[in-house]
Amino acid sequence: MKPTDITNPEYFHKVVDCQYACPAHTNVPEYIRLILHENYTQAYMINWVSNVFPGILGRVCDRPCEPACRRVRVENEPVAICRLKRVASDNRDEVQPLLFRAPKKKNGKRVALIGAGPASLTVARDLAALGYELDLFDDQPVAGGFIRSQIPSFRLPEEVLNTELNYILDMGGITTHFNTYVSDIRDIMDKGYDAIFVGTGAPRGRDLPGLPGRKEGDKKIHVGIEWLAAVVFQHVEKVGKRVLVLGGGNTAMDCCRTARRLGGEDVKVIVRSPMAEMKASEWEIEDAVKEDIPIIDNHVPLEFVVENGTLIGMRFQKVKPEYDQSGKRSLVPTGEDPVMLECDEVLLAIGQQNAFPFIDESSGIEFNDWGLPVLDPVTLQSSIPNIFFGGDSAFGPGNIIIAVAHGHNAAISIDLLCQSKDTHDRPEPKVTLAGQKLGFHDWIYDSQITEDERQIVPTVEKAKTLRDRLVEVELGFPVYTGKTEAKRCLNCDVQTVFDYGLCIECDACVDVCPTSCINFIENDEEEALREKLIVPARNLDEDLYVSEILPTGRVMVKDENVCLHCGMCAERCPTAAWDMIKYSYKSPIAGDS
Amino acid sequence: MSYERPKFRHPEAQKNKLGYTRKAYEGAISTLCAGCGHDSIVSSIITAFFEMSIEPHKVAKLSGIGCSSKTPAYFLGRSHGFNSVHGRMPSVATGANMANKDLIYLGVSGDGDTASIGMGQFAHVVRRNLNMIYIVMNNGCYGLTKGQDSATADKGSKSRKGAPVSFESIDLCELAILLGADFVARGFSGDKKQLLPMLKAAISHKGMAFVDVISPCVTFNNAPTSTKSYSWVRDHMEATATFDFIPLQQEILTEYDHGSTIPVSLHDGSVITLHKREDKEIITNKKDAINSLEEAKARDQILTGILYLKPDSEDFHDINQTTDTPLNQLTEKELCPGDEVLQAFNDSMR
Repeated sequence: MKPTDITNPEYFHKVVDCQYACPAHTNVPEYIRLILHENYTQAYMINWVSNVFPGILGRVCDRPCEPACRRVRVENEPVAICRLKRVASDNRDEVQPLLFRAPKKKNGKRVALIGAGPASLTVARDLAALGYELDLFDDQPVAGGFIRSQIPSFRLPEEVLNTELNYILDMGGITTHFNTYVSDIRDIMDKGYDAIFVGTGAPRGRDLPGLPGRKEGDKKIHVGIEWLAAVVFQHVEKVGKRVLVLGGGNTAMDCCRTARRLGGEDVKVIVRSPMAEMKASEWEIEDAVKEDIPIIDNHVPLEFVVENGTLIGMRFQKVKPEYDQSGKRSLVPTGEDPVMLECDEVLLAIGQQNAFPFIDESSGIEFNDWGLPVLDPVTLQSSIPNIFFGGDSAFGPGNIIIAVAHGHNAAISIDLLCQSKDTHDRPEPKVTLAGQKLGFHDWIYDSQITEDERQIVPTVEKAKTLRDRLVEVELGFPVYTGKTEAKRCLNCDVQTVFDYGLCIECDACVDVCPTSCINFIENDEEEALREKLIVPARNLDEDLYVSEILPTGRVMVKDENVCLHCGMCAERCPTAAWDMIKYSYKSPIAGDS
Repeated sequence: MSYERPKFRHPEAQKNKLGYTRKAYEGAISTLCAGCGHDSIVSSIITAFFEMSIEPHKVAKLSGIGCSSKTPAYFLGRSHGFNSVHGRMPSVATGANMANKDLIYLGVSGDGDTASIGMGQFAHVVRRNLNMIYIVMNNGCYGLTKGQDSATADKGSKSRKGAPVSFESIDLCELAILLGADFVARGFSGDKKQLLPMLKAAISHKGMAFVDVISPCVTFNNAPTSTKSYSWVRDHMEATATFDFIPLQQEILTEYDHGSTIPVSLHDGSVITLHKREDKEIITNKKDAINSLEEAKARDQILTGILYLKPDSEDFHDINQTTDTPLNQLTEKELCPGDEVLQAFNDSMR
């Protein structure tokens, strides 16, 4: 193998698994260390700059960082990264003076944002700070988009939501046009904006129009996302005692738990596929099960059963999954009799679709076969160069943090476009290196590895929260528990950096490394080298760090996979050939050079 | 500074035949200087016992005083141990071995502990051919008292302070051969590839297995002008013969050309295969072994590898015809067999 080029910022970036997995690349280890040192405000600000909605995401993020966490590979449970974000948010001091402000002097560029969800708001924040004038359009009376209408208050209190939305809306430079439905994008195009950003989400919930009984039972059959929105805006305040929720995603989980709070006593979730293949996050399924909601898998709906004009239940076909050679799944009926499940109401949470009723062909915006806009994946530019898409409306349903990442990206593109620069000539990430040596054998960072298990977030008594949909279930980590959890972080951003010129090949690092990552070995092709290590490096997602050739003709090969970043190699190195260097990676935002 | 190693290990770490990972053979974290050669020897000891699937409680580790003698704290944390008086490890090992011959005795000593204060003890434990592994972690200086030259420092060698050693050095391997040891080897802490099979062979050998390991003192004796430094040893190392250690249970898979490979069987059935160098004599001849050592010295080379081996040796128990049962397992019944037996014995003497 060739020696690893550690001057390429992407190499060490990839070692920080959580940050790498985060679409917005939030500097997770840094804010967790700040929590450990009770510097909550700064921890919050690192988040706010990067992911815009720390208080919101600290409750409802899809957490792509957690399955990526190195702790999963050396222990079992990841660091509770998401809930630590909430700790930073809960304990922060007044951050108002630290937030971005719109400058008094505007730059004369005007941008329209259609939809007031997380993607548009991110674009608004990034651009308002640069002096842009922004017009924000939404058909609802308030901002938030799906964060407001889809996420029940018992998971995300309205106050938290409003505070963080207002941080943006109050910056200056943003003019809101609520209760304004844009029925034709050409109306906006005609107004002479320098750029237009579309962040209208994937607003259409899938239905089962062809299923027998759908029409007859219509009154008691609801599309999940519409029903959740109706609950938020208080158009719906009650639900029948027996409720069936169809679907296995997070929306299904929100529907069933909301139903439990609106009078549903016997609420069941019915899933077509096997439980293990449900789309909902593990923890959201757990929360639903804790609220006495059974999840019945391998049931495919056959019909809505309506008697005398009233819905009395649904019939299902029991199936079992079968997999062909390519691993493709098909659901095959078991041959058993159909199952009748009685109910008073049905909520359909079987997926969302994109819909752009306000864009027609004559606008000049091209769409692909899946009904999604044709976009440049880097710039998010549509076929009309000054119209951009982001969030769910760009590539189909995703999640909040993806929407935020799109927002940052689109803002960069818009800023470049407005300055007549090449939108592909994008700003680089900001990278800094900071040595961690404090003394002979001491490090600035907390290098000790704790064996504490993942801490559990305390919750409000079930009976209490089921009575009121506005009572937040989770209480968040208390300060002490938050610190215990923060200590579990392995500081993956503190990199083990090897200088082959200083190495005397004494093997001290190999001998002390607890997880046998370090090898001194004859070089070979990657595939062969991976097998020859002390413990073969079979996790191909993790790189090998290979040095230049050492005096004995061997090379140092480090498998990054389960390195604990404990600093023992550097501590036991007599010549400081190993060093622990903190590597900070900050994704570019609009205005960065 | 870290006072303990993190508890996590590689989740895919190999297990040995007993189902243990290497972790079961580790000890406390080393408190020696960073980069000390002793740590590499410790690591090789751990690997040897782990790979040979020896239960840790079947091992007794004994040591004297010095940097080397601290190391038993860093390996085999679940074995028996005795940290004795300076230079007196061989006496304690002898006593323990007499009482319980079933344990594997691993003595760890240094160049000061063996070649100076413990020289008399060393000489006698070797000539008695006690069944043990006697490792000398040899750095040519007194690391614990700020690096004064030891008795194994080569004449003319310069440590960090720059003054050449004025006295002749003691070659412990040559001495051990002369004193009657049947397994004598020399390794280098910076060459685990050679050290590991060497230790395994020493563990398998019955009788005194003497292993001198050159182990640079990074703090006081690692100047390029020192003959015990990493760079000097690497430049001047010469192996007697490369060798493989094949434990009893393992099938011999490699086909050797019989002209160049000599298999040597040890008492427990395991085999050392020596890949003979063209210009070298085989090592089972005492005279040749000493010659080779002297010739290498004359060329400014350090001869490493298994220097001398007599596989069918008689150990201290054989020579003394002691009981097969360890003393600690003998009950009053065996020790006091009664009047009749005494009478018969007395009669036999009349």
